[in-house]
Order: sequence, then C-alpha cells, then structure tokens
Amino acid sequence: MDANTFLIQVLNGIQYGLLLFLVASGLTLILGIMGIINLAHGTFYMVGAYLAFSLSQHFGNLWLAMAGGVVIAVVIGLVLEWLLISRLYHRDHLYQVLLTYGLILIFEELRSVVFGDDVHGVAVPEILRVSIPLTETLSYPVYRLWMSAVCLVLAVGMYFLIQKTRLGMIIRAGAANREMVQSLGININLLYRLVFALGVALAAFAGMIAAPVASVFPGMGNQVLIVCFVVVVIGGIGSVKGAMLAAILIGLVDTFGKVISLEIGGVQLLPQLSGMMIYVLMAGVLLARPEGLFGKRA
Amino acid sequence: MGKLRPGTIILVVCLLALAVLPWFAEKYYVQLFTKMMIMAIFAMSLDLLVGFTGLVSLGHAAFFGVAGYVLAFAAPEYEAANLWVSLPLAMACSGLLALVIGVLVLRTSGIYFIMVTLAFAQMVFFLFHDTEFGGGADGIYVYAKPVAAIAGWEPFTLENHTHFYFVVLALLVLVYTGLRILLDSLFGRVIVGIRVNEHRMRSLGYRTFRYKLACFVLAGVLAGMAGYFAAAQFGFVNPETLGWHQSGSVLMMVILGGMGTLTGAVVGAFSMILLELGLQGLPAIGGMDLSKHWQLLMGGFIVCAVLLLPHGLLGLGRTASRLRRKPAEARDG
Amino acid sequence: MAEAVLRTEHLSKHFGGLAAVDNVSLEFFTDQIHAVIGPNGAGKTTLTNLLSGELICTSGSIYLDGADIAGLSADRISQRGVGRSYQKTNIFLPFSVFENCRIAAQSRLNSSMRFIRRALAYREVVREAERALEEVGLEDRAQVPAASLSHGEQRQLEIAMTLATRPRILLLDEPLAGMGGEESAHMVELLQKLKPAHAMLLVEHDMDAVFALADRLTVMVDGRVLESGPPEAIRASAAVQEAYLGADEESHQ
Repeated sequence: MDANTFLIQVLNGIQYGLLLFLVASGLTLILGIMGIINLAHGTFYMVGAYLAFSLSQHFGNLWLAMAGGVVIAVVIGLVLEWLLISRLYHRDHLYQVLLTYGLILIFEELRSVVFGDDVHGVAVPEILRVSIPLTETLSYPVYRLWMSAVCLVLAVGMYFLIQKTRLGMIIRAGAANREMVQSLGININLLYRLVFALGVALAAFAGMIAAPVASVFPGMGNQVLIVCFVVVVIGGIGSVKGAMLAAILIGLVDTFGKVISLEIGGVQLLPQLSGMMIYVLMAGVLLARPEGLFGKRA
Repeated sequence: MGKLRPGTIILVVCLLALAVLPWFAEKYYVQLFTKMMIMAIFAMSLDLLVGFTGLVSLGHAAFFGVAGYVLAFAAPEYEAANLWVSLPLAMACSGLLALVIGVLVLRTSGIYFIMVTLAFAQMVFFLFHDTEFGGGADGIYVYAKPVAAIAGWEPFTLENHTHFYFVVLALLVLVYTGLRILLDSLFGRVIVGIRVNEHRMRSLGYRTFRYKLACFVLAGVLAGMAGYFAAAQFGFVNPETLGWHQSGSVLMMVILGGMGTLTGAVVGAFSMILLELGLQGLPAIGGMDLSKHWQLLMGGFIVCAVLLLPHGLLGLGRTASRLRRKPAEARDG
Repeated sequence: MAEAVLRTEHLSKHFGGLAAVDNVSLEFFTDQIHAVIGPNGAGKTTLTNLLSGELICTSGSIYLDGADIAGLSADRISQRGVGRSYQKTNIFLPFSVFENCRIAAQSRLNSSMRFIRRALAYREVVREAERALEEVGLEDRAQVPAASLSHGEQRQLEIAMTLATRPRILLLDEPLAGMGGEESAHMVELLQKLKPAHAMLLVEHDMDAVFALADRLTVMVDGRVLESGPPEAIRASAAVQEAYLGADEESHQ
C-alpha cells in the first residue's frame, strides 16, 4: 500500500467513523438520558436515506430534500415519543426491545410498500461533483470531504450543547434520574421528547448525507444499528466523547480490514473476515473494560 | 401436591391432542406442528435465560443456527448424517459457542447485555455470510435427513414425516420435563434467585457468574437441539437462520406467551407461527397485497402486544383483573 | 486477650477526591458487639461495604483470621464466614420467607451445580433454614411471601438469612431502622442472644439500643475515626459530645 492509497483509506475510515458517530451519538444519548434501548434507531437512518431519495427527486435538489427531510424526521421523532416511547420509561428493557423491534418491522414494510425492494441511487449535488486529484490515477471525491466536514461541524455543535447549555449540564450529570432533573426545574417530558427527536434527526440526517455514496437499499438501517451498538458498547453508554472515539476507531478498523490482506498459516483471514473485525475489537474492550472506554463503572 | 390443578389438566389434554394429531391431520399440518414444536423447544431454551435467570439475550438464534450448519457439514454431499453422531456434535458446538460468547457477554448486564448479545450473534452471522465454507449468503442444503441407525438397526426414519413428528414431540416433552426438574433443583433455585436479586445472591456467597454461564451454555445447547431439527426439517440452513430477526422473533414468542413459565414459551411459539400463517394468508385489500406485506401487521401486533399485554397470553387473566381494579385504585390514590 | 477475628489497618476508600473512609483501623472480637456510630455521610455504610467485599478499598488492609482479604469479591468473603445485613431491606420479595432462608443456607453447600435432585430433598439445608427462622422467631410465617411481611418482620428475615449462612462475623447495617418500639426490643434481645457465638459490627442510629448492646463504640465523622473505646468513655468524651451526640436530635430524622 503506497502513501496515497493509505491516505485515501484513512480519509474513508474517518469519514465512515464520523457518519457512524452521527447515528451512534443519538443512540447513546437516548440510552444515557432516557434509559431507552431503541432498536429502531437504525431504521431512522434508513428513513433518512429514503427521504433524501424521494425528496430530491421531487425537488430536483438534494439540499432542499435534506432540509425537508430533517423537518420530517423531527416530526416523526416527536410523534413516536409521544405515542409510544413515552409509555416505556417505567417498563423493563425487554419491552423496549420488543416494541422498537416491532417498529422496525413496521418501518421496513412501509418502506417496501412505498418504495419497493430495489436499490436506489441518489445523485451527488452538482457543486460537489468534483474530485481532488492525488496522482495521475488516484483522486478523492470532494463530496466525501464535505460529509466529513458536516459531521465534524455537528460534532462540535453537540460538544457545545453538552458543555455550555443547561441541557448539556443534565446530560453530563448522567441523569437517568427523573427526580434530580425535575428538582432542577426542568420539564422532563419535554426534555425526553426533544432528546428523542434530536436522536432521530441525527440518524436520519446521517442517512441523507450517506445516500449519494452508499446508495439506498432495504435493510440498510439494521446494518448500521448493530455497528452503532458496537460503538456504544466500546465508547460507554451515555458518553458522547466515547461514541466519537469508538466511531472513528471502528471506521478505521472496518475500512482497513477490507483492504489489508492477512494470511495466517495459509488461511486467508483478511479481507474475507473483515466483517467480523469490529466484533473482535468489541470483545477485546469487553475483556479489558466491560463498562466501555468512557463508561461509568457500575 | 397430588391434587390436579386446572393447569395440569389442560396440559395433559393438549399433550394427548398432540399425540393423536398425526392420525387425523394431513401431512401439511403434521409438518406445521413439527415446526411449531421445534420452535417451542427453541423458545423454552430462551425462556430459561430471559424468564428464569433474567438475562435478556438478543442473540439466541446464533446457537440455533450454528447447530443447523453443523448438521449440514456433518452430512457428506447427497448422503445422510448419522443422527446419533451429528445431533450430539451439533449440540456440543452450540454449547461451545455459547461458552465462548457467554464468558464475554456475561461480563456485562442490563442494556449492555442486550446490545452485546446482539452484536456477537451478528459476528457469527458474518462468519457464515462472508465466507465460502458455509455457502455464503445462500447457505447450504441438507439433502438428506439424518439417519437414526445403530449398527444397522433403525428404530425410526426421519424421512417419514410422522416419525419426524413423534421424535420432535418426544423431545419437546423431554425438554419440558427436564427443565421442570432443573428448575426445582439446587441449580434452578440459584438462577431464579439471580433474576430476583443478583446482588443479594453474591453477598450470600454465590459466585453468580458461574451459574449464569452454566445457564447460558445450557440454553445454547437446547437452542442447538432445536436448530438441528429445524435444519433437518427445512432441508437447508442460511445466515438468516442465525440472524437477528430470528432472535427477535423467538424473544417475541417467549414474551407473547408469558415469560418465566415454560408453558408460556410453548404457547407463544405456537401462536406466533399460527399468527404468521394467518397474516400470510390475508387477501389483498384495495391496491395493497396484505399477505405480501404481512410483516407490517406483525409489527403492529408486536407494538400492541407490548402496550396491552404486559404479562403475555397466559397472564391475560391477571391483566384483565388489573384493568378492572384500576378505576378503584385511581379513586383511592 | 484472644486475637481479633476481623481487623482493619489504615483502611481508606476514596470516591474521586472524597475520602469516604479515611485511615480506619478497627478490631472485632467474638462475643463482642462493636458499634459504629456517626452522623449521616460519616462513612459507616461504606465501611461495611468494604468489609463485606462489595467495595474494594483504595488502600489499607482487612485481616480475617490473620489473612488479608482486601480485594476479595463479596461471595468469597461471605464463604469465609462474614455475613451481612443491609440498611435497605435486601431480600427476595417474591419468594416465601422459608425459601429466602433456604437459598441462604444452600450457599454453604460445596456447589449448587446440582441439576436433578429436588432442592427440598437436601434435608440439612432445609433444617438449617428452619433453625435460622426459629432463631429470629419467624417460624410461623415461613410459608408467607416475603413481600407480604411487615417492615419489622422483613428486617428479622434479613437477619435470619444472614444467620442461615452460619457466619462467625455479623456486619449489621442499621438492623433497627424503621422499627417500632416492640420490634426494636425484640431485635435487641436477638442480638444479645447471638453475641456469644459471633463477632459483630453494629451500625446503628438508635442510641438507646447502641448503649444497651455495645461492648465497644467507635465514632466516625467524615470518614475518620473520631474516638473509639468502651461506651462509658465515649459518652463522657467532650469531642464526641460536640461533634455528634450533641447534634443527635437534628441529624437523625
């Protein structure tokens, strides 16, 4: 692997990691603040991608599609929390798992009814349809750089939200404790609804910006969901910092797992088994720190 | 003790009905009930974890599916595997996998445990999905059902659907009875104690990790038994067999019937499969083919079940009486 | 004098910057009730948790029969003969009163990896559970679900479970908490009965009970031992009067 290919893979890995961060940060916040395990979180990523696909066809413009898509995602988040999730706060995690599993089936099937089961593509916006040449044969698409930049901006935004605002203060206090939050004079129902909607919007937005590079296909949400679980487990529940670090780590491990070839004792391990790499990483973290890199020790 | 409770009578009647079913039902139904009983064994194995030990595993299908793959590997192409060799082998492999995964996942608890079991099951999924030896995404066929020959003597043949049915029925009864005995043993008392108050169990001197691990492995072995017969019946295994939809749906079976009762797991398995069939047989309404999109209704059903049936089907009575009491409580409060 | 069954040396536990237990050295002897008192947040429960292995100390040592047990897990320490009860009742609510004690007694078998024989067929475990229930006077309530016991009865059950594990050392975290007058008297009587065969750590806010029971008294404030000695000496100590006993009425309810 020469320096340029290496650079490209690093960029790809970071870009994938940042994208994962967008989805995983919502998941970890919903877990940490609301104590809700949401299997349907990956589904919102899929919803975002399909929104980008259909709205960009409708508007003929991905930017408008994204703006509209985020609004729709927020509405979906608010309605779901109000209608269903709010009934789960006092129930065992088991029921949260089942209800959100039911939501996956519903959303997947609705997707199939509305869009069918084909793979769709979304065009990269004209203005970003350029590549930066690295050598005569290699170049790097600007759209991917733009994705990374957007994710970074959002990450910085979340950093400020958590470090500088009242909402952030509650998040940092690790407040799954309703009484404590209420004693601070905060409307807890509203807080939960907003956090949930924020999580949904982040996941959907990730799906929208990923649509042009990853295409839009059935089951895309579940794939992301499980990787995000790994991110949360490695980073520690409720830790946005941990999610960031773990997401980048997994982005790089996954990307390099696919391009490195590794053979031990005549058995080709990589890239054949690259799909398993991140789980091996998770197993390692569990052995060393079962509560995750930035998790609180139970 | 000694007195027949209504529950016992119902249980015996159901068992008798299952025992005579092949004389009255067509092949299709015999095979359908075979499938339901296989899934009932699978659901009971998960109930041991979820309902009795309090371990909510979302990766239980991994042990189910792996046993199916073992059967496929154990059968030379177009030849049948020997049941007495391949079944213990398949169950042992599932148990071994459960041991390895268990050592890792049992270091966590609560929400972590749910996520980590799901993630490791997904790892096993990729192991079979991304590699050639398991046939990749398409899976592999099991061309012939295992042969139950002992030194040339064949007590039964699984190629005969009635024989297959009775073998599975016998196993269902065996597993059910075995688990009942287990739950009343010292070990059984310990795992239930762990579900109720693990912290106190530790302070009483129990090394809870060992018991949870033993339980996890046992549940894996039993899931393996179910997976073996599922693969033998369907004639193929693919990565979906150990995928997370399978794990989700078996968890739904346990909860639907009412967890922590064993009978609930069986009832849940039977009802879920019947419901699935019912939904798949729905007609087209307007422009929408409901039978093709039956999962939409299944999802809706699951959401409603979670909101409306906190104690499962077997707990319907309890749910109903609580609802009736509610207005009175509201006035008191 | 006989050697201490349980002894701590310079035991400390820090939570971040806070020293919840700070350089505590105490001794516990058989046939002696060692009461630890102090205002809320003095580190009494943390001390109990360190001794029972539920928390791992930051520094210092804990000697059980002369062997250092600091760092051992709670289950191992329990197996070595340390039994504890909890400030917040910590029992198996859905189980019957008898089963609560039976599962406690079962923990003394070499292994519970027994999968076939019925649990009730282990006669010696059943007898041990019955003995513990009789000891606290709950034998009439054996078949009732633990959840339906009164608060005082649950506290008694808590002690019975601990006794069923045949401990040599009892760590009792506020056994009288929330009890009425008659129940308290009953419990004081029980602890007196248990004293000869056990070494006892008693964390308690009820001063009447403490002075009725304690052979040795340690006052903790802010994680440190303020004073330790015979009850009469502690009662007379000016420092204790000022720091704790004087403020008694406000700090407790």
